[in-house]
Amino acid sequence: MIRENVLNAGILLAFAAVPLWALWADEPFTITLATRAAILALAAVGLNIALGIGGLVSLGHAAFFGLGGYAMGILAHHAQTYAPLEIGPLTIAGTKSMPVIWITALVASALVAWVIGKLSLRTTGVYFIMITLAFGQMLYYFAISWSAYGGEDGLSIYVRNGFPGLNTLVPIQFFGLTFAVLLAALVLFAALRSSPFGLALNAARQAPARVAAVGLDPARLKLVAFVISGAVTGLAGALYADLNRFVSPTMFSWQLSGELIVLIVIGGVGRLMGPVVGAALFVALEHWLGGLTEYWLIALGGILLGLVLFARGGVIGLLTGKAGPHV
Amino acid sequence: MSDAVLETRGLSKAFGALKATDEVSLDLRPGEIHALIGPNGAGKSTLIAQVSGALRPDRGSVRLEGRDVTARSVEARARAGLARTFQISALAMEDSVFENAALGALGASGRPWRFLRPVARDAALRDRAMAALERVGLQDAADTPVSALSHGQRRQLEVAVALTLQPRAFVMDEPMAGLGADGSRRMTGFLDGLRDEAPILLVEHDMDAVFALADRVSVLVSGRVIATGTVAEIRRDPAVQAAYLGDSA
Ligand SMILES: Nc1ncnc2c1ncn2[C@@H]1O[C@H](COP(=O)(O)OP(=O)(O)OP(=O)(O)O)[C@@H](O)[C@H]1O
Ligand SMILES: [Mg+2]
Repeated sequence: MIRENVLNAGILLAFAAVPLWALWADEPFTITLATRAAILALAAVGLNIALGIGGLVSLGHAAFFGLGGYAMGILAHHAQTYAPLEIGPLTIAGTKSMPVIWITALVASALVAWVIGKLSLRTTGVYFIMITLAFGQMLYYFAISWSAYGGEDGLSIYVRNGFPGLNTLVPIQFFGLTFAVLLAALVLFAALRSSPFGLALNAARQAPARVAAVGLDPARLKLVAFVISGAVTGLAGALYADLNRFVSPTMFSWQLSGELIVLIVIGGVGRLMGPVVGAALFVALEHWLGGLTEYWLIALGGILLGLVLFARGGVIGLLTGKAGPHV
Repeated sequence: MSDAVLETRGLSKAFGALKATDEVSLDLRPGEIHALIGPNGAGKSTLIAQVSGALRPDRGSVRLEGRDVTARSVEARARAGLARTFQISALAMEDSVFENAALGALGASGRPWRFLRPVARDAALRDRAMAALERVGLQDAADTPVSALSHGQRRQLEVAVALTLQPRAFVMDEPMAGLGADGSRRMTGFLDGLRDEAPILLVEHDMDAVFALADRVSVLVSGRVIATGTVAEIRRDPAVQAAYLGDSA
């Protein structure tokens, strides 16, 4: 236990040290990579709530990532064109304020996660994987056909959105902001995991019949987990869109859902820092190996295979010498 | 009509052509241990599943403290005061003994929607879980993961989780299964005292335990109750001897 805590602190320090070094060495692109890793980690921390604690293998979490992205894209688009957003009788002004965008992303993802979860949680196992995938694809094709917001081409936002007290155009400041959000999500994950809700959810993954037999509804526990999970991944989507100043339907793609699962498995399913390690490795490999060969994903596949076969707790499990709680 | 805590009336369930439960009417009275015996495949677990709510009967009803709960879910019945133990332990294997007991305490509290404060700092949950573990003698194993427990300890934990619910009725599916002579004797002693807290519908193959504990015995054969009575009555019943007890009677 102690060792895992020490390891976790070390991981976070190293994570923060990389962009600080890049700042000193004047390597702004490295700061961007670190920001990208922090955002992917945030998305995966969200998925880890459903997958790691609740055992819900969602292959549709790109739905929430994309929703968060489009929440940012749509609000910022209306702000930069000065055309208010009209939904029926409602007229909403666009905004360039990150806090407002984040809340919108959280609420929208949570609502959609509730609907998707409600329908998907009637099934389990492979069927659950397939139905979440189907919902993700539905949103993907919807985004492609949504010509008001760029359709297949997506939307470009010219200036990064603002956060009170920060200049988000400065890479290191934007990194600091995303890293702070990631830390907050990690605190949330740790708190959830040891809370009464986490206890019940964790048991609902392992022994749903037992959970029902003590008077708790495993399906409702999983639904709430799915909603929280989707909301966190949605927030990551909003940040990701802001990092790129661009949203497109690819944020909804099933490949992205798959990558989120892969990087959790690499880091360690259900481990607090699993998503962070997984995202950092993923982005580093993508950058270095991707620069050498187009086939870098094969190398990633090899690492994944090795970890799944020989270290079921992922990298964290390997380093702490403890087999994973589960895969 | 009666003061039965738990009651089934004309309960029937078929799996295809197989009548797994056939017009079963049973009751569980305050303070008693009512044993349900029968050969393998007689339909005991299937009956328990209908009593606990895991399985819908085709016909008939289940009443708990006079209320018809036939249409209610497992969780609703548990909240209404029914605690079951499983024939095959259904515990969270990766979790500790304490966490499994705390889950029961959490179910009893009815307040799982608390997201931030650690379970470890909830004194009410902790005390209730530890009290149940102490009663079955598992307090020293509180931090052990269930996967590292012996079979017998898992049976004890099954009972401890049921205890945390402080139920109106216990339904236990073979709590002695695989316990060995010593463990069986200890569990028998424990259940003997438990009936004063809440009556127990006890499915059991261990005849020594049944004859030592049961106030009444019902014999299930091919889904039907062929006899209900005291231990002495059941031992004398010719139909039971023919159908089930055979040479052991
Ligand atoms: N879901 C099901 N589908 C079809 N048949 C079933 C199902 N569940 C149980 N059965 C059958 O119903 C009969 C009763 O099974 P049950 O498990 O209730 O017996 P039991 O008395 O508990 O036996 P044991 O003493 O071995 O635990 C058996 O023939 C069993 O094969
Ligand atoms: Mg059985």
